[in-house]
Amino acid sequence: MPEARFVTDPQFELKARVMEAPEVRRALVRISHEIVEKNKGTEDLVIVGIRTRGAPLADRIAGFIAGFEGVDLPSGALDVTLYRDDVALKSPRSVEATTVPGDIDGRVVVLVDDVLYTGRTIRAAFDALLDLGRPKAIRLAVLVDRGHRELPIRADFVGKNLPTSSGEVVKVLVEEIDGEDAVLIGGDE
Amino acid sequence: MIKHLLSMDQLAAEDIVQILDTAESLRHVTDRPIKKLPTLRGRTVCNLFYEASTRTRISFELAAKRLSADVINFSADGKSSVSKGESFKDTAWTLEAMGVDAIVVRHSASGAPAQLSHWVKASVINAGDGSHEHPTQALLDLFSIREHFKDFTGLHVAIVGDILQSRVARSLTKGLVTMGAEVTLVGPPTLIPRDASAWGAKTSYSLDDVIGEVDVAYMLRVQREREAEQRFPSLREFAAIWGLDARRAAKMKSDALIMHPGPMNRGVEIAADVSELPRSIILEQVANGLAVRMSLLYLMLGGRDDSADSPNEGSKS
Repeated sequence: MPEARFVTDPQFELKARVMEAPEVRRALVRISHEIVEKNKGTEDLVIVGIRTRGAPLADRIAGFIAGFEGVDLPSGALDVTLYRDDVALKSPRSVEATTVPGDIDGRVVVLVDDVLYTGRTIRAAFDALLDLGRPKAIRLAVLVDRGHRELPIRADFVGKNLPTSSGEVVKVLVEEIDGEDAVLIGGDE
Repeated sequence: MIKHLLSMDQLAAEDIVQILDTAESLRHVTDRPIKKLPTLRGRTVCNLFYEASTRTRISFELAAKRLSADVINFSADGKSSVSKGESFKDTAWTLEAMGVDAIVVRHSASGAPAQLSHWVKASVINAGDGSHEHPTQALLDLFSIREHFKDFTGLHVAIVGDILQSRVARSLTKGLVTMGAEVTLVGPPTLIPRDASAWGAKTSYSLDDVIGEVDVAYMLRVQREREAEQRFPSLREFAAIWGLDARRAAKMKSDALIMHPGPMNRGVEIAADVSELPRSIILEQVANGLAVRMSLLYLMLGGRDDSADSPNEGSKS
């Protein structure tokens, strides 16, 4: 089982598996439909995932939309490490490439992330995006919203609202990185 | 990451890979309309240069500014308090009192950065000390080589010319050996250090013997300010025997590269037309220096090393 990955993570103690691969897929398909519905089509749409696990989710959403709308939809990945507000408080993380397709000026950028928690990653992503251009609008799609916001940020498209305590840990596994799709809760010591 | 960068000896292969990978991610910032990242906001970097420099100082200054750090340039020339007789130590303490976070230092005395690191709380980065080391040059050279060959294993690099007094040769050899490449030091016997085998490199006195076999010909500057000319009969003779001219360049392998740390003595260690061949990546080296120095400044100053990751690390916000 790919779960073995977390046996080596001393800080993660699995409590429950809250989404399995089919549910993850259905949630992403629904989000993809909602994005097109809200945008009234695919015009000017760009799907950008936040690294690490938002990036493959963005690629899949773009793939779904491309499939049922019959268009070629660009997707990209944003590394927000260098824009984080806690960059000086933690040991430096490695930085991966930011690959945003083409010019984002005047386009509708849908940011995709796995878990929405404090909102600080999204805040960093706003800054990172705005350094690349001036989008017409930025929307936010997340697979899991676990609450406990520290900034006034909300998601436009949510896969699953997951009430948690702040001592719990939510892990999203994606096939491209972890070998399977799942959402896990661990935690509270 | 390390607190000070004084020598390539401090860096294991995995550290070098991390620095180069981060540089790879950062290089694209240069292509954007807004060429700036907020990462080092509020940090101060001082360039403390006791020796002349163009590319290293400008490259460090630009790298720090691209990461939003404040930069102070201090050159020990007629305009600074060094001309009034201020000692290295007093200058260091003055910078310390002003609260700088990092000092990038170049000095004609080998070991000056190491000495400085004992005096100040700031991070010290060696930007060239005497004939000792120039680690950031080695890192940008490794980055440039990796761009073209992807892998260092089995790669053969000739470092040619004034090895004896070259801090570039010392640092680059260490870096290449750490990464698993084969290094041959080439030059007149008077310019090859006697302990060269201890560097893990081979030596040769004939450029003609090795030029056809190597993947990289790294031409060093003949350091006339360090009286290199006293160690061989004449510059013309040096150029004829150890210089890279068109005839020798034509004997190189089809995918082999020509490199030079700059500034070039055209017509001495490298012929003018050779430096402009497609296989010459001298300007790429300069461009890569910026990304590599950004990477280093981020990894050394960007975070706090003593903090354990929070238990909620996995569930990012």
